[in-house]
Amino acid sequence: MTSIPNFNLSCPFPIENYPQVLMAHGGGGKLMHQLIGKMFLPAFGNPMLDSQHDASVFEAGGQRLAFTTDSYVVRPLFFPGGDLGSLAVHGTVNDLAMAGARPLYLSAAFIIEEGLPMETLWKIVASMQQAAQQAGVQIITGDTKVVDKGKGDSLFINTAGIGILDHPLKITPASVRPGDAVLVSGDLGRHGMAVMAVREGLAFESAIESDSAPLADLVLQLLRAGIEVHCLRDITRGGLTSVLNEISEASSLTLQVEETLIPVREDVRAACELLGLDPFQVACEGRFAAFVPERETERALAIMRAHPHGIGASRIGSVSDQRPPRVLLKSAIGARRILDMSSGEQLPRIC
Amino acid sequence: MKYLDEYRDAAGSHKLAREIARITTRPWSLMETCGGQTHAIIKFGIDELLPKNITLIHGPGCPVCVTPLELIDRALAIAAQPGVIFCSFGDMLRVPGSNRDLLSVKAGGGDVRIVYSPLDAVKLAEQNPGKAVVFFGVGFETTAPATAMAVYQATRKGLKNFFLLASHVLVPPAMEAILRSPDRRVQGFLAAGHVCAVMGWEEYIPIAAKYHVPIVVTGFEPLDILQGVLMCVRQLESGRAEVENQYSRAVRREGNRPAQQIVGEVFQVTPRKWRGIGEIPQSGLGLREAYAAFDAERKFGLGDLRVEEPSECLSGLVLQGRIKPHECPAFGARCTPEHPLGATMVSSEGACAAYYRYRPHP
Repeated sequence: MTSIPNFNLSCPFPIENYPQVLMAHGGGGKLMHQLIGKMFLPAFGNPMLDSQHDASVFEAGGQRLAFTTDSYVVRPLFFPGGDLGSLAVHGTVNDLAMAGARPLYLSAAFIIEEGLPMETLWKIVASMQQAAQQAGVQIITGDTKVVDKGKGDSLFINTAGIGILDHPLKITPASVRPGDAVLVSGDLGRHGMAVMAVREGLAFESAIESDSAPLADLVLQLLRAGIEVHCLRDITRGGLTSVLNEISEASSLTLQVEETLIPVREDVRAACELLGLDPFQVACEGRFAAFVPERETERALAIMRAHPHGIGASRIGSVSDQRPPRVLLKSAIGARRILDMSSGEQLPRIC
Repeated sequence: MKYLDEYRDAAGSHKLAREIARITTRPWSLMETCGGQTHAIIKFGIDELLPKNITLIHGPGCPVCVTPLELIDRALAIAAQPGVIFCSFGDMLRVPGSNRDLLSVKAGGGDVRIVYSPLDAVKLAEQNPGKAVVFFGVGFETTAPATAMAVYQATRKGLKNFFLLASHVLVPPAMEAILRSPDRRVQGFLAAGHVCAVMGWEEYIPIAAKYHVPIVVTGFEPLDILQGVLMCVRQLESGRAEVENQYSRAVRREGNRPAQQIVGEVFQVTPRKWRGIGEIPQSGLGLREAYAAFDAERKFGLGDLRVEEPSECLSGLVLQGRIKPHECPAFGARCTPEHPLGATMVSSEGACAAYYRYRPHP
């Protein structure tokens, strides 16, 4: 048996700081990264996990495959533009796509709370089926568990996915180079605000619908066109801010973006302004950031904009080797500041 | 976006900054009163556009930050009790008490909920007659009318299970406390636009006259703040000390009378301790005797709780504008948003939080 370095059986978290798990430990911000870095990585660490990419890529039988998993716990189960079922397919398909893989198969595990109306479950399952068909994947294995009333909050779904890489590129943060352009595939923050509006009973003039969408087809079009994609990352919890900070940290490079180039729809901006939230920190479920050589920018943007899930694609900034590595934002009035990852969940402000 | 983009215009901002530089003949120190203004200044980099001899001092206008530690501890003790639904604005959840915060109480099983309006807490009290619903009313004059309305509604509905833990504070007494301090550096104020939208600006006239200090009621967008600075510097350069209103699209001289009336109906002015600063006379709002039945402190009997502030936290000096956040030795090292020593590091209006979030740090 090989020994695991830097790991012992006492809890690696300083107990006086966080003796209990907080919601923020799952919020996609710094606390979640600390939890992963201090507990999960030391426990399970291996080169593939340590790369901390959305999906791990490995070789089997001479083929490169990608493997990922994700659990879906969103409340409410149904929101404008999607539901728990479609999300459970899109999220996992997108994680595979971010490794440059063509998604093939998914697993689906259901944890159902006793008393959930059959009709609700059916709607979610039908939506999953439709989403899987649209994304070109099959659900080939699964699991069903029912828990006591009060022990499960209606329904949780876990999906895992396997995809295949049809190209030789290494799409990872380590491939990002100074001089790369930073692109996003569309307007940001709609999923988070759509869910929040329903959850908190906030009525805006028009419903904001989620951006939830499968991204693999769009990514594969970029790859088939021969775009030299260096890195992809889907923009989920923690929003654009978390994505940019993760890539900056993993690549040890500085990312410079411009506030006025980052697309955020007006109703999303207004809702964020009202609640004191930062749209760059709000989750999406159908958007990604792409890092490509500057000379590929126009061609990549043209391909993205021609696809229904990339209509709003924009170049938002560039990569440099400026020290120390950090994420810099040029503000609307032209001054420069850092774009720092949030601690955990964003909290609405007082006034 | 309408009413926002036009106030975040780069060309307009640079034009105002050039005009400020043109008329400034010597160094001036101005205090922006409100934490919302501080965040806008740091977030947009407004201070970087200003000439070197204009210094912006960040004021005490963060209600979360000035809420005394013992009141936070009282809130935590109440929130942890069984049978209580504890309602708060989102800002308060991460504010550290002596050894935990509301998020930890929630993780430990306390029923802690974020509300967007105090009236949501009244609704919760109606829906949960078997529970005691406590609203943590924090804020300056801006949020006091909504809190007052919640108490008033609870009375009209005859609710016996709605309680208020009140920590409302008033801006003018704090400005006077700063002006009276022996090492006063502030030569002009940008007054808080939202507070004045409720209270108007008449109450600032005697302060401007007594301390010979210009006070400009100012908004929160880059163009607002730059124009507020310009108006303030113009007064200073010409030796005037008057109250002027930059934020005329939201603020009238007399303010919002119905809002003032409901505050006067429910609350009376009381002395109030400010976290990091100490007690300021006539600077808080407490429930009037007629509404005392809604007082959470009476109901839960925690009145004698006394605690010590962590000595390492210099937020008091930050709140008085005597040091900038990054001048505190703990800043970014022992004190971060994940492990805050004081409220200024976690509140969305806290100056330390603004510097940590938007400026490079160790």
